[in-house]
Amino acid sequence: MAEMRQPIESGAPDPMQYMHPVMRKNYGHWVYHSHPRPGVLYHRAEGGDEVWTVKAGTQRQMDHYTIRKLCDIADQFGEGHVRFTARSNIEFMVASEAKVNPLIEALTKNGFPVGGTANSVSMIAHTQGWLHCDIPGTDASGVVKALMDELYDEFVKCEMPNRVKLSTSCCEINCGGQADIAIVIQHTKPPKINHDLVANVCERPSVVARCPVAAIRPALVNGKPSLEVDERKCVCCGACFPPCPPMQINDPEHSKIAIWVGGKNSNARTRPTFHKLVAAGLPNNAPRWPETAAVVKNILNTYKNDAQPWERMADWIDRIGWPRFFEKTGLPFTKYHIDNWRGARATLNASAHIRF
Amino acid sequence: MAKKMHDTPMLDQLESGPWPSFVTGLKRLAQENDMMVDLLGQLETSYETKKGYWKGGTVGVFGYGGGVIPRFTELKDANEKPVFPDAAEFHTLRIQPPAGMHYSTDLLRKMCDVWQKHGSGLIAFHGQSGDIMFQGVSTANVQPAFDEFNEMGFDLGGAGPALRTSMSCVGAARCEMSCYDESRALQTVINSNIDDMHRPALPYKFKFKFAGCPNDCVNSIQRSDMAVIGTWRDNIRTDEKLAREWFAANGMEGLVNNVVTRCPSKALAVKKAGEARTSDGFSAVALDDKTALEIDNHNCVRCMHCLNVMPGALLPGKDKGVTILVGGKSVLKIGATMGTVVIPFMKLESDEDFDKLNELSRNMLDFFAENALDHERTGEMIDRIGLSNFLEGMGLEVDANMILQPRANPYVRMDDWDEEVEKATERKASGG
Repeated sequence: MAEMRQPIESGAPDPMQYMHPVMRKNYGHWVYHSHPRPGVLYHRAEGGDEVWTVKAGTQRQMDHYTIRKLCDIADQFGEGHVRFTARSNIEFMVASEAKVNPLIEALTKNGFPVGGTANSVSMIAHTQGWLHCDIPGTDASGVVKALMDELYDEFVKCEMPNRVKLSTSCCEINCGGQADIAIVIQHTKPPKINHDLVANVCERPSVVARCPVAAIRPALVNGKPSLEVDERKCVCCGACFPPCPPMQINDPEHSKIAIWVGGKNSNARTRPTFHKLVAAGLPNNAPRWPETAAVVKNILNTYKNDAQPWERMADWIDRIGWPRFFEKTGLPFTKYHIDNWRGARATLNASAHIRF
Repeated sequence: MAKKMHDTPMLDQLESGPWPSFVTGLKRLAQENDMMVDLLGQLETSYETKKGYWKGGTVGVFGYGGGVIPRFTELKDANEKPVFPDAAEFHTLRIQPPAGMHYSTDLLRKMCDVWQKHGSGLIAFHGQSGDIMFQGVSTANVQPAFDEFNEMGFDLGGAGPALRTSMSCVGAARCEMSCYDESRALQTVINSNIDDMHRPALPYKFKFKFAGCPNDCVNSIQRSDMAVIGTWRDNIRTDEKLAREWFAANGMEGLVNNVVTRCPSKALAVKKAGEARTSDGFSAVALDDKTALEIDNHNCVRCMHCLNVMPGALLPGKDKGVTILVGGKSVLKIGATMGTVVIPFMKLESDEDFDKLNELSRNMLDFFAENALDHERTGEMIDRIGLSNFLEGMGLEVDANMILQPRANPYVRMDDWDEEVEKATERKASGG
């Protein structure tokens, strides 16, 4: 047998070798930015050097032809250097203002929407879904494609009160993260257990330990060591499914979609906030999830019409109060919106502050 | 020449509409790649049945214990044969990107060449932890694909109970809000602890994230076990020319409604020119000949709002550094947690400063390795043992910036109150 090649443990590469030369030259010396138009940022360094950034949306899961096309555009109309944002948008940097419009034209002509800057609805942070995940309740790329088709205008224009970040997650682990509007699978039935497989596939004590409500216990089923779930306790979170695939939590009918709002990662104005549940029970309706899209658009439109400049979703709701949020969006308020998990008391209104 | 395409009526519906279609991309790849033909077949089945069909397994590269996400199909016929055999193995290589996610077109093309040759040709920029995800490769091709990336200067990322791939914002490369060298910090921390990424042996995952300012464009407070966030201690810097320009364009209405009243700690005030305070932490900038904006810098919480609204006119101060928060994570198992402050401020400029950050990171990983339970994240561990015990174990000093309010219940043993008061007095005397 041939000798195996030892890996070079180089870790995270130095970005300087790939960075646009104007950015490299002025590293740590920027003093000003502006937003000349949707999809374009302008930055100036203290010595007067300038760089324009044109931001475009992508499908994130890109075939190499798409990437090569983006490279062709960057070479022909840009300056051969790009970067990606945390939300999978691609940014083309140029040191000359004259290159901005031809670059935008080339991107648009090739089907890449230019936008996603400032007070727009940016690309949806998303996960893997049916394409590659081992525990998905739904798809990710498909949900995002369907929704971004609907929100295209809000990506290429900047007409929102402040920036809007969306995320989708294919299970309650919520890999998509906190967002102004988050679309997350919510299971509504306990796992269906294949007792023939549990003993061989699952490390039972660690599965028991994963359950947040201690609803799982070891049991002998049909003479085989397995696990059983106290279905009255079970909160259908699916935490047992990854360590024990025979505890199938995904259900074509009963795995629903829930919508959460008001998550914010920035420290601007208020401290960072978690998103909160506002709607649930929406069908997992591939390939275009129209019911989910309708709720998201309703919330976005209400926010767009009612929030003041610079108010993020959370700031807006903070000002108008949750009762009015439900009133204005027409979304039903139910007993399930009242938290009963640990720390829930801090979410209750311990005051006489009521808006009429 | 690839084999015949399967019918995909559900996925076909995702080819229309203005947003770029991943389905169209998958179909392009299927023209040259049997794996992608069958991947489309399995994905279409998922769309029809609303079920996932991947299971994990053990696939890796020589010398490493993690970084490859193995995927084997579970969609089998009555004879246990894969329904879509050419996509029966569809693994992902997680590769660490350059900090700040900068690429030259030359680099991207080389990456495409490698993945076209060894893999499916499908690449995601990037996963939620920041990896470049090279999606779709057979078990046999994992090693040769990795070897080529590795020779190009790229290394596998993290997976499983390990140090994970990190992210930093664009930061100093293009942003005036940047308060430290994010890229250097990321490379220092990650590359000094790379063994914990390649040989998973921690209780569970551990993520570092590096944000240049409190706008936190990489979501570090929410998404990382240890967040390093840029900040400053001295006065907000001002540029009078830009401030005047901003005021001329936005007027008193914009100033009051969008800047002053949105300050969370009421640290801003509109003053008549010449009447603004400029000592004891107060500073001011003229907006026109009659009006000034007064800033109470001691009361500013560095939220970034006014800097965001008045770019360039207001800038971070010169005495920059970082705030460190610990314990952010997503839902499982106790519910999502935000990171909380464990170091309100430390400088991050000199080689010694970076050494200190590196040492802190190592201690953080060691404490986690020794004290967390199996599958417990740092935030959960801190919840279980209490922040005070965590600080004591880490040798960090308590600070009132770590809390929103002192405890509101009396359920605590305080036998050694006097000793703790003495420690507080000593901290105060030593300037801490």
